[in-house]
Amino acid sequence: MAKTLFEKVWEQHLVAEPANEPALLYIDLHLVHEVTSPQAFDGLRMTGRKLRRPDRTVATVDHNVPTIAADRLIIKDEIAARQIDALRRNCAEFGVELFDVQSREQGIVHVIGPELGLTKPGMTIVCGDSHTSTHGAFGALAFGIGTSEVEHVMATQCLPQGRPKTFRISVEGELPEGVTAKDIVLGIIGRIGTDGATGYVIEYAGSAIRSLSMEGRMTVCNMSIEAGARAGMIAPDETTFAYLKDREYSPRGKAWDEAVAAWSELKTDEGATFDRELVIPAIELTPYVTWGTNPGMVIPITGEIPGPETAASEADQRGIERALEYMGLKPGTPMEEVAIDVVFIGSCTNSRIEDLRAAAKVVTGYRVNEKVRAMVVPGSHRVKEQAEREGLDRIFREAGFEWREPGCSMCLGMNPDILTPGERCASTSNRNFEGRQGRGGRTHLVSPMMAAAAAITGHFSDIRTWEFKGEEVLA
Amino acid sequence: MQPFRTLHSTVTPLDRVNVDTDQIIPKQFLKRIERTGYGEFLFFDWRQDPAFELNQPRYKGAQILVANKNFGCGSSREHAAWALGDFGFRCVISSSFADIFHSNAGKNGILLVKLSEGDVNTLLERAKKTEGYALTVSLEDQTVKDGQGFSASFEIDAFRRYCLLEGLDDIGLTMRYQDKLDAFEKEHDRKFWLAPRGLAVQADAPSAQG
Repeated sequence: MAKTLFEKVWEQHLVAEPANEPALLYIDLHLVHEVTSPQAFDGLRMTGRKLRRPDRTVATVDHNVPTIAADRLIIKDEIAARQIDALRRNCAEFGVELFDVQSREQGIVHVIGPELGLTKPGMTIVCGDSHTSTHGAFGALAFGIGTSEVEHVMATQCLPQGRPKTFRISVEGELPEGVTAKDIVLGIIGRIGTDGATGYVIEYAGSAIRSLSMEGRMTVCNMSIEAGARAGMIAPDETTFAYLKDREYSPRGKAWDEAVAAWSELKTDEGATFDRELVIPAIELTPYVTWGTNPGMVIPITGEIPGPETAASEADQRGIERALEYMGLKPGTPMEEVAIDVVFIGSCTNSRIEDLRAAAKVVTGYRVNEKVRAMVVPGSHRVKEQAEREGLDRIFREAGFEWREPGCSMCLGMNPDILTPGERCASTSNRNFEGRQGRGGRTHLVSPMMAAAAAITGHFSDIRTWEFKGEEVLA
Repeated sequence: MQPFRTLHSTVTPLDRVNVDTDQIIPKQFLKRIERTGYGEFLFFDWRQDPAFELNQPRYKGAQILVANKNFGCGSSREHAAWALGDFGFRCVISSSFADIFHSNAGKNGILLVKLSEGDVNTLLERAKKTEGYALTVSLEDQTVKDGQGFSASFEIDAFRRYCLLEGLDDIGLTMRYQDKLDAFEKEHDRKFWLAPRGLAVQADAPSAQG
């Protein structure tokens, strides 16, 4: 029978399918970070349970760590320091490999998994973090879990899971100029809403998706959760295999060929059916900017701030009114006239080498607007090193950006990188919720190129009309 | 986990859509390593407004929260469920819930009741209008009733219902399938292309430990 990619991965991991109960799903890789794990380790200790598979568990610190080098060894925030210390003690006690602050492998958990080759096609991957959906870019079934589930995976290496429904979103055709992976996913969320895919696993397909690099695919899958889907997947292909070849934890030699043969089976068969399908012509997509307080509140860069009359229901209308008030915006204002105070380039959505290259290309030959505070936070040490080898750090620094150490940083402001009340930020992260980047802070989600352009002009700017000054620098 | 059977309680109306877990418990409280004590930080930013529902004396002590669609969207932080439970809420009624929050709530003995948008609006209106407005939520009968003739039934996954009724610990339940798990894992470990550290597992597959 014809099967979808999701069904193939799901069925390969079924430990048991008891009647009238959720299936038991085996977990291949459990990623752990400091914020959602301490209570789970405590749970194991309290019940005298062991960590079943340390070899399938990997930990790093990302959410809390300061991004200024001098502040990383002795963390001034005592509560954050205590949480990071707890992770160190827990990893030592339970035998989990930890990529600590000073480690060359440290970085945002969803950046280092793929770059080390820990993430592989066909795997099941979980982490106590909703953006675990990122790893679906490799054709893995990857989703975020709560801390009780973290403890469950630690103790049993599996999870009881109800079977999700399937939703194929195909983006067909050539992407218009200036439209990036971030714009694809913002365009999707704008169409289906933040609960549009609740209960589903999305498979992204179509020629526009196939044309994306692995970095771009990760950006798209990363934001699946912002449409309500716990997981998003893209079938592995030559682009995937080329990315994984010779990574630290990738198989080598004959084992590599066998692995590629197994991974190559992971695609939706002709004639397989989905519970829901949506086709979006790529030509309809533009560079987007969110205007409100959830990622579904999004308009093209050339658009105007909408008013409450555009709402589908009374409750939504009140939601729009609240968002306008929080964001300090008036309906009818052209997006391009909205001025910003801060630019953040980073997060598990857009902090990979390709994102930094794209932003640097925009920045080359320009200076950051004098009213703007701008920072770049690479996703990992490896990304940072690679960027420095390519001279990107110099382009950013010379333009007036701060060049920081890796971590989640201002995406959620758990470390010292936060907005002050009323500050407006063009951010390459994934959530524009109230207070997400700092209490009272106003977040607008954009692609790395759009964030870079806003840093220069001081307001949102259409990347399609940008005058690139220094292509030869990066050639 | 505390079993959930029938709850009779007053109601706090929260007439907002897309209430995300960043609002339920803001990030600055996620640095704590404890599992308890989050109640005082529930909706921390919104509570800075004296008019916010949780600050109104008339709603004090309510164990049922009624909110608009897509409650609990966003971050996977279980701290959101801990904060709601610690504050005293044992039941949330909405027309839809986000997936991860749904599973976190269940694991903390909080019942999520999904009703139609019309029914949710009725409950919100009545809770706002009637001082001391109360509901009886029965998980055994799968019904929600008030004293003014409102009655609605709700659907819930049979296994989730059973776990909530009995207050069951998930890990214990999973270990009923220990034999199946051991056998599956032994076979699955051969698939080195699905192991994080591919070649190490292939060469020297670790035996399953209980």
